[in-house]
Amino acid sequence: MSTAAAKRARPKYLHLSAILFEIRLPVPGFVSILHRVSGALLFFPFVAWLLYLLDTSLASEQGFARVHDYLRLPIVKLGLIVFIWAYAHHLCAGVRFLLLDLNKGVELAPARRSAGAVLVVSLALTAYFAWRIW
Amino acid sequence: MVTPRRIVVGAHYGLGSWLAQRITAVIMALYTLVLLVAFMSGRPMDYGGWRQLFQNGWMRVATLLFAVSLAWHAWVGVRDIVMDYIKPDGLRLGLQVVTIVVLFSYVGWTVQVLWR
Repeated sequence: MSTAAAKRARPKYLHLSAILFEIRLPVPGFVSILHRVSGALLFFPFVAWLLYLLDTSLASEQGFARVHDYLRLPIVKLGLIVFIWAYAHHLCAGVRFLLLDLNKGVELAPARRSAGAVLVVSLALTAYFAWRIW
Repeated sequence: MVTPRRIVVGAHYGLGSWLAQRITAVIMALYTLVLLVAFMSGRPMDYGGWRQLFQNGWMRVATLLFAVSLAWHAWVGVRDIVMDYIKPDGLRLGLQVVTIVVLFSYVGWTVQVLWR
């Protein structure tokens, strides 16, 4: 065993700058952590928000009109766009994980391509729906 | 010396959770497609049409199925997140309890909205 290698000083922890700028996450890693982030956002606050909107809009004609006006506010539309991205990304990345579970595209090159596709398709879906609601 | 006679950890419930998360994912993906078709069908959505959509028997059942799937799916997912990042036992247990309460509330709220 090489003792020299074992004795060489090793970093005890990683600087924030190393985490942010020196270690570059591969594309599938980005898809994975964004899948987690989007899932957490959907759990809270988005499900609660959408349930509130569904509740109010179904309760009465006035409620429906209130939600209709509320959804016209630019800040609300921005929130809706973040929701659409989170949903689209979580769905696309989820489909990719299901295919990986079935041993489809597990080689490095196709796995990287499909990860890139997830990022692109979910952003394209977000852009399309953002255009539709604006 | 005490030798372990049986394995007391690893009841294999992880496999059940893993499978449940995938099945619920497929259910939610299908519901999403149905909802998109309903939205994109081009009918102008006024209050009457909106209400009618959610008064259909099949839509109520599908939405309830979606809500239950979401709760189950999110339970597995949020539990994974909590287990990964929250180390103190008390805080971890507390957050898991909060998660369960929130998810049960979501399902209860959905039932209330659908069957009013």
